Amino acid sequence: MIRSDVLKELQPIISNQLVVCNIGLPSQELHNLDDQPSNFYMLGTMGLASSIGLGLALVQDAKVIAIDGDGSILTNLCTLTTIANNPADNFILLIIDNGSYGSTGDQPTYAGMKTSLAQMADAAGCENVIECSAQDTAAVVKDALAHERMTIIVSKCESGNIKVPVIDLDAPVIRHRFMEEVARRNS
Amino acid sequence: MSINEKIVADFVRNKIEFVTTVPCKQLAGVIEEIGRSDAIYHIPSNKEDEGMGLCAGSYMGGKRSAIIMQNTAIGVTINTLVTLIQYYNIPLPMLISYRGEIGELIACQVEMAVHTKALLAQMNIPTYHFHEQSDVNELDGILKFSFMAKKPVAILTDASFWQGA
Ligand SMILES: [Mg+2]
Repeated sequence: MIRSDVLKELQPIISNQLVVCNIGLPSQELHNLDDQPSNFYMLGTMGLASSIGLGLALVQDAKVIAIDGDGSILTNLCTLTTIANNPADNFILLIIDNGSYGSTGDQPTYAGMKTSLAQMADAAGCENVIECSAQDTAAVVKDALAHERMTIIVSKCESGNIKVPVIDLDAPVIRHRFMEEVARRNS
Repeated sequence: MSINEKIVADFVRNKIEFVTTVPCKQLAGVIEEIGRSDAIYHIPSNKEDEGMGLCAGSYMGGKRSAIIMQNTAIGVTINTLVTLIQYYNIPLPMLISYRGEIGELIACQVEMAVHTKALLAQMNIPTYHFHEQSDVNELDGILKFSFMAKKPVAILTDASFWQGA
């Protein structure tokens, strides 16, 4: 299974959740699969999806799923320490770890070599870290949503991409409709 | 009221409830004061771009945010300022320690100081330079302006400003 297969299985589970999605193909694939105002597509700033997601989770009550990648987590690795030390029980960080920089042509990342992101999250102090297969990811996310505890999920999948169009929404529109959705869930 | 108390009081008056900080010697007092405020969630960040991500998330969650950092951070955060904060129209007051100005003891700090205003101008970020202690009286208006315009603003605070703070 590649990332787009994982997203396809996740779609019914996360469609109605607040999702902060990683730059590049992950956002494009999610947008193509199931565009929702509850999705925040991060179009720039590689690495910051988990930070945006944590900030959002800390200040309001609705669940937040940040969909990140292995390359992106590695680019903002300190985020794991901030997440560990500022836990938000409504926060799920899903790292889709395909061992490559997917959006730039599947160059290998160190996460696909000797480095374990799950162990790094654990060492950073994150308490509920689950590494799972691509096949099990939807069930693990579903279970995490059913509990009131911050969960870090590392989904190990194969590298590879599908052809999807770029996102044509203006950034302030993405932000505005997302904020309306956040406000609606907290009203 | 000390300068640090005045800054935090202005943050609170402007409904800033989420502040991220990356430390600087000059900012130690105000960071401590942020930590003391019950109205503000203080979340230290490891790097300023990470901090701006946290601030963007908080703002979208309905809580106004701000970042406190050193001017060297401008070098770290250009991409984040341009493609997250400005691109999505997110207000972000940046209280910045302006190191490398008159009174600086560490020569290396001057190297970023000479680029700081030029970089901020290049990004069209409204920039204010606090030099005298009384300049702090502009802070309330600057914060209101940032949230009204949904833009980042830079408040550069130099060594003279912090003298005796
Ligand atoms: Mg990857």
